[in-house]
Amino acid sequence: MRNIFLFIRSYFNFLFFLALQGFSIYLIVHYSKYHNAVFSNTANQFTGKINKEYNKIEYYFRLKQTNDSLVKANEMLYNRLKADFELPDTTSKSVIDSIQIDSLAQYRKYTYLPAKVIANSVSAQNNFIVLSRGESQQIKEGMGIITPNNGVVGVVTSVSKDYSLVMSLLHKDSHISGKLLNGGETGTLSWDGKTPNIISLTGIPKSAKVARGDTIISSGFSTSFPKGILIGFVEEVIAEKSTNNFMIRFRSAANFYNLEYIYAIGNKQTEAINNLIDKVKKQNQ
Amino acid sequence: MGILIKNIIRFAFFILVQVFVLDNVHLHQMVTPYIYFLFILWLPFRMGRTWQLVIAFIVGFTLDSFRHHPGFHTAACVLIAYLRPFLINLLIPQEGADTNYEEPSIKSMGGMLPYLVYTGVLTLIHHSWLFILEAWQFGDIWYFLVKTILSTTVSLVLIIITELLFVRHQKFRTNTV
Repeated sequence: MRNIFLFIRSYFNFLFFLALQGFSIYLIVHYSKYHNAVFSNTANQFTGKINKEYNKIEYYFRLKQTNDSLVKANEMLYNRLKADFELPDTTSKSVIDSIQIDSLAQYRKYTYLPAKVIANSVSAQNNFIVLSRGESQQIKEGMGIITPNNGVVGVVTSVSKDYSLVMSLLHKDSHISGKLLNGGETGTLSWDGKTPNIISLTGIPKSAKVARGDTIISSGFSTSFPKGILIGFVEEVIAEKSTNNFMIRFRSAANFYNLEYIYAIGNKQTEAINNLIDKVKKQNQ
Repeated sequence: MGILIKNIIRFAFFILVQVFVLDNVHLHQMVTPYIYFLFILWLPFRMGRTWQLVIAFIVGFTLDSFRHHPGFHTAACVLIAYLRPFLINLLIPQEGADTNYEEPSIKSMGGMLPYLVYTGVLTLIHHSWLFILEAWQFGDIWYFLVKTILSTTVSLVLIIITELLFVRHQKFRTNTV
């Protein structure tokens, strides 16, 4: 017994070093579990505040780009106005409805919430974006995030009271499904951790017709994004030798370097769909 | 100024510079300059080894909190804090230099060369351990090697610039030996 204590005492520093090293590696491996438990509440709130203060300064230097992208988004919306279209046929009867009820409200599936990006990274191997809008401002886990110009950015992974954390497409665990606009084949996005703005799409069979410049859109299979939001444009098509699939490298529609404002997409049917899936899973167990 | 206050200011300064300046520098996808770990290299000679490990853990964990994926920098910082005393013992030129001076610098290590070896070796270890842990999940050995060498070079240049910009006055304490 005495020898054990002597051993521990003489090698205390080494053992302590091993313990700290082991703990760090444990954090890396069990990242998601730990992340939800502790990080989202305390650390996010703290680093969020510092990031917010810093962003106040940085924001002024990006006003021009922000303005440009908002003008572009506005242009797109103006072009969708009903007043832009004139139907030649005018044989319609106009009825004035005095009851003011938004008759489409009950059919609404998606709502868009604007939020400001207060911290963003592209240089790490796993990149996150911090929004200055959190649980008390209706942001929920699993919401999809897009740029003002309709490009997919990522998915909300955790929320604290006033801030939320978005796993951007530039993250190794980010696996959103993407779809080719032309053929309709769906695959999974993944990032190799090297060049920002260049992402891969895997799982597209070799029978699909893909060419450089083709558009990739969101599939609408997940509850995070509606169908048809831009993800990117094909840069390179590589035929995988071992499988029957293509590996498609594409340039993302969202520019991750200068994100300033984004929209979070809330899906009103998320809960209903998840409940159904849970129910079936339980039955199968 | 007390050692404690000096180090607290230094800590805040290094973390903020790393998070808000260097992390926003996109030289090339291969190059990520890091400088915050200079805080660990500058810790006083006479600090207990256990405390060095604890402080390195705090430094790494703080930086990791800004990057929202805990573990990577914590592991790398703890590793260099553990190896630091061994390297100092090897490089210190004469008996007692580590008691005559407060902390490692060009003057206290006895010239540019030992100091460069000291920072160079620890920078290389820090970067390679950090990138090994990151590349573990991506798995590309050549990418890892090139990235480590390039990043180490850029970080070392930054460290030398920092050393030249912020001259640390080291008092020679004669009555200690």
